Amino acid sequence: MHEMSLAEGIRNVIDDEARRHRYRRIREIALEVGQLANVDTGALRFALDVALRGSVADSAIVTLHEPPGHAWCMRCADTVELRRRGDGCPVCGSYQLAVTDGDQMRVTGMVVD
Amino acid sequence: MCTTCGCASSEPRLESDGSWTTLHPHGHAHGHEHEHAHAHGHHTHDGAHAHSHDAHGRHVQLERDILDENNRYAAANRERLRRHAVFALNLVSSPGSGKTSLLVRTLSALNGALPVAVIEGDQQTANDAERVRAAGAPAVQINTGKGCHLDAHMVGHALDRLPQADGGLLLIENVGNLVCPAAFDLGEAHKVVVLSVTEGEDKPLKYPDMFAAARLMLLNKTDLLPHLDFDVDKALACARRVNPTIEILCVSARTGEGFDAWLDWIRAGCASARAAAGAPRTGERVAS
Repeated sequence: MHEMSLAEGIRNVIDDEARRHRYRRIREIALEVGQLANVDTGALRFALDVALRGSVADSAIVTLHEPPGHAWCMRCADTVELRRRGDGCPVCGSYQLAVTDGDQMRVTGMVVD
Repeated sequence: MCTTCGCASSEPRLESDGSWTTLHPHGHAHGHEHEHAHAHGHHTHDGAHAHSHDAHGRHVQLERDILDENNRYAAANRERLRRHAVFALNLVSSPGSGKTSLLVRTLSALNGALPVAVIEGDQQTANDAERVRAAGAPAVQINTGKGCHLDAHMVGHALDRLPQADGGLLLIENVGNLVCPAAFDLGEAHKVVVLSVTEGEDKPLKYPDMFAAARLMLLNKTDLLPHLDFDVDKALACARRVNPTIEILCVSARTGEGFDAWLDWIRAGCASARAAAGAPRTGERVAS
C-alpha cells in the first residue's frame, strides 16, 4: 500500500542526484529492496512507472535486486538466513533473532547521460 | 573505457543463473535480477565495434536510502523534540484497537501532572482531535486523504502549529494501519503498537514488521477478556517471536487497569528525554 510513497521517495533521490550532477537523462535505475522490507515489488514497479513520468528518468529501465534476509541467532551465535519475520532460526529453531540484513530499500546504481 | 572506474567495458554479462547484468558488474557481487535483456539488442556488436559510453550512458554507483527525504525530516523533528526535552511516541495499530480511547484515558490519568500534546492522523475527519481537545490537551489533526500513513514532513508541520510545553509528552496517533506506518520514521522516541483482545492472537505474525519496529506493545481492552476466548500468553508469545526485545503491558482504556505501569513507562521516558536535553525547562513554551 505504501509503494506509491516509496516510488516518490525514489523519484526524490533521482531528481536530487540529477540536479547535483547535472544528468540530462537517466536510462537505468538499480534498486535494492530486501526480502524483509515488506515491499510488493510488482506494485513498486507499477508505482514507479507513474512516479517517474515527466522526470529525467522517464521510462528508465528499473532493475530490482532483492537480497535475502539474514539475522543474528543469539543461541547459535551466528548469522543465519531468515526467509520472513516470525520464522525461527533454520538451524536451532530459536526465535531469539535480530535482523541484520534484508530490510534495506536503496537506490544503488544508475546509467546516466 | 568506463569514465567512472576505468574498466574495459560495460557490456552485458551473463550471470551464472542465466540473467543479464547490464549495470556495472564489478562492485555488485550479488547477482542482479534483470528482466530487460530484450531491451538491449543494441549491445550485440560485431568484432570491430566502437563502443562508446556516450551511446550507452555512464554508470554511476550510489547508496541512497529510498526514504532518504523522510529520514531527513524525521531527524530534524527528533532534534527539535530533543532540544525541548519532549518524549514523543508514535502510536500504531489496526483501526478500532482503541488508540484514541487509550490516549484520552492517558490524559485523564496523568491529570495534568505532565504537559501532553497530541497529533492525530486519520484519512478523514477531525473527530479524534476534537475528542482529545475535549479531554484537555492541545491537538492538531492531520488528514492524510488517500495516504495510508503519517510521514515526518507532515509531523514537522503539525509541530509548527502545536503548542507543546518543554519537558512534556507528545503522542502521535498514526493512521489505523498495521502495514505502512512501520517504514516511516516520524522522529519519535519509540513506536508503541496497540493490539486489542478483540483481534486475533496471531496478529503479530500476520503483520510482523509493525511489531518488529515497536519498542512497546500495549495489549488493550483486557476488561473484555472474561467474555472472549483470547489467549493472552499466545498473543505475547507471537509478539516476542517477531521481536524478542519488545516490552509488553496489558491495559484497559475503559477501566484503567494496567495504567500504573503504563504511566510509569511514560514517566521513565520523559525523564530520559529531559536528561538528553540537558537542563529541564518545564512550563516554557516552544517558540520554534
